[in-house]
Amino acid sequence: MSYDVVVGVDTSEASGRAVRLACQLQSTELVGPVLLVHVVPWSPFSFATPEENERRHIERQKEIQAAESQVLDPMLQIAHTSGGRADTAVRHGDPVEVLEDIAREESARLLIIGRTGDTGLRQRLFGGLPAHLVQSAPVPVVVVP
Amino acid sequence: MIGLVPLQDAGGSIDERIQETLGPIADRVTSIVFYGVTVGGVEVRLIVVWLIAAALFFTLYFGFLNVRGFTHALDLVRGRYSNPQDAGEVSHFQALATAVSGTVGLGNIAGVAVAIAIGGPGATFWMAFAGFLGMSSKMAECTLGVKFRKENPDGSVSGGPMYYLSRGLAEQGKPGLGRTLAIMFAIFCIGGALGGGNMFQANQATQQIVNVTGGADSPLDDLRWLVGLVFAIAVGAVIIGGIKSIARVTEKLVPAMAVVYVTACLAVIVGNATLVPSAFVEIFAGAFAADAAVGGVLGVLIVGFQRAAFSNEAGIGSAAIAHSAVRTKQPATEGHVALLEPFIDTIVICTMTALTIVISGAWDDPDAPDLGGVSLTSRAFESVLPWFPTVLAVAVVLFAFSTMISWSYYGMKATRYLAGDSPAAENVFKLVFCVFVVIGASLALGPVIGISDSMIFLMAIPNVLGLYLLARVVKQEIMQYRAKVGSGEIVRTK
Repeated sequence: MSYDVVVGVDTSEASGRAVRLACQLQSTELVGPVLLVHVVPWSPFSFATPEENERRHIERQKEIQAAESQVLDPMLQIAHTSGGRADTAVRHGDPVEVLEDIAREESARLLIIGRTGDTGLRQRLFGGLPAHLVQSAPVPVVVVP
Repeated sequence: MIGLVPLQDAGGSIDERIQETLGPIADRVTSIVFYGVTVGGVEVRLIVVWLIAAALFFTLYFGFLNVRGFTHALDLVRGRYSNPQDAGEVSHFQALATAVSGTVGLGNIAGVAVAIAIGGPGATFWMAFAGFLGMSSKMAECTLGVKFRKENPDGSVSGGPMYYLSRGLAEQGKPGLGRTLAIMFAIFCIGGALGGGNMFQANQATQQIVNVTGGADSPLDDLRWLVGLVFAIAVGAVIIGGIKSIARVTEKLVPAMAVVYVTACLAVIVGNATLVPSAFVEIFAGAFAADAAVGGVLGVLIVGFQRAAFSNEAGIGSAAIAHSAVRTKQPATEGHVALLEPFIDTIVICTMTALTIVISGAWDDPDAPDLGGVSLTSRAFESVLPWFPTVLAVAVVLFAFSTMISWSYYGMKATRYLAGDSPAAENVFKLVFCVFVVIGASLALGPVIGISDSMIFLMAIPNVLGLYLLARVVKQEIMQYRAKVGSGEIVRTK
């Protein structure tokens, strides 16, 4: 099944608003299935100790479980209370790249994200996730304040 | 426990007493492991022949996969064949980086200097050549490391020679032999972890700290055990205390220091670009027409081979432990990636150090053979970059520290294998490891090099024997993988 709308979510309130917007669009029948994605930041080019490598598989499972229970379940709840239906996915990687890849794979019509997260120096130096996505995403991006 | 001993007494300082007690033991062990036969007036150490023969065998047996598989190895590290579903697992890059930070250490800085001080510039050539051959034995052992690794009930993985020797040979109908070799390997691995992976590192890091704080006049010169104690506390904080932040910081600083180090080498080399051709002439001439003082060509070759083996650990089996954590369905992928390790370690970094030493002419100083180790490398840099010894001291300390952390892990895995996952045995090993940091810091370079080399090379006996017995298994594994890549069954994802 392919998804019309991909929503990138974290624990923020803006993410909740992004999910609500997706559900509102769904209720108008302008768009079909919605996928809520949480990306665990990870790079294949980081450095790790031997112990970390040995336990990486277990840690990854834990990260996925934590993402499901702490991020995706609450977001799914918001979707349900807004009268929407959505599926969920957890991925590891660079948030911008992963969201773009999923949008492309699913031939999504829309990518929705909350405007949150980085503040101050970090925001100024790296531009933040929304700015990156707006610049390079293959599909229209909606940034929810 | 060292602190309970009075600092000074009639028998001399702590350093001297440690020296007196352990020096003769070190000499004895060294003379057994490095048993040599005299061929044409040169003493040929059998253990070095053993390693080089294996590296040469696998280079020929694999049909020079160290050359043919090189670009594929780079593609694997860049993640071009990684399954997107495996994102978040240990990547090829991470497994390689972890293994490299265990091998790139003082062998690259101090070991090269020792080789050139003893064997002249020609030792460089043989060192690089040994590194080239070593790529093949590394490929064999890391493929096996992944193929026969054990997934523990909790989802963590254990791999390395202990497992391919016991499980691999059991599959061949030789469970008794496999188990014996695995136990031998594990015992020697604990020795290697305490020797080359610990004492040598602590020794040279301490030496460099003493050097930059005033050499023989340094207040720390008589207090080497104290420097060792500080190291031991830092190591203990990571391996016993489980303070991951220290390990993480080191893991990030080490690659940065490696870049700084290579840049400094390049600065010396480029700054003396006119001397580079003559340095190469010295290296090649020395390799094939060495003077009789070091035992002729064979003598230089042995020196070069020995330092290369110590530096890149190909055939030793240690790296197979680190590489086996990777997530892959094809063990041969990690074998390919592993062949980059001797390339980075020996052909690139050791050669850089060697060129720096040869170009600066520091190796030709009358006191070079006595100076040896890091001190000689430090002098070579100082001639061009006067402030560099301080930076080098920082690099040496970090390299030493990360190598100690890696080797403590190897030793711990060996202990765990022997003691059947007993946490008590593991803790005893960790404690002993910390004590050996202090001992290594206090001893003179000679006995430390002897005992370090001995222990590390002993690991090669069961490991290489196992590699020969499993040679057909590895070759099949690698060839079926390459066939799948060739036929397009395994495709690039990026």
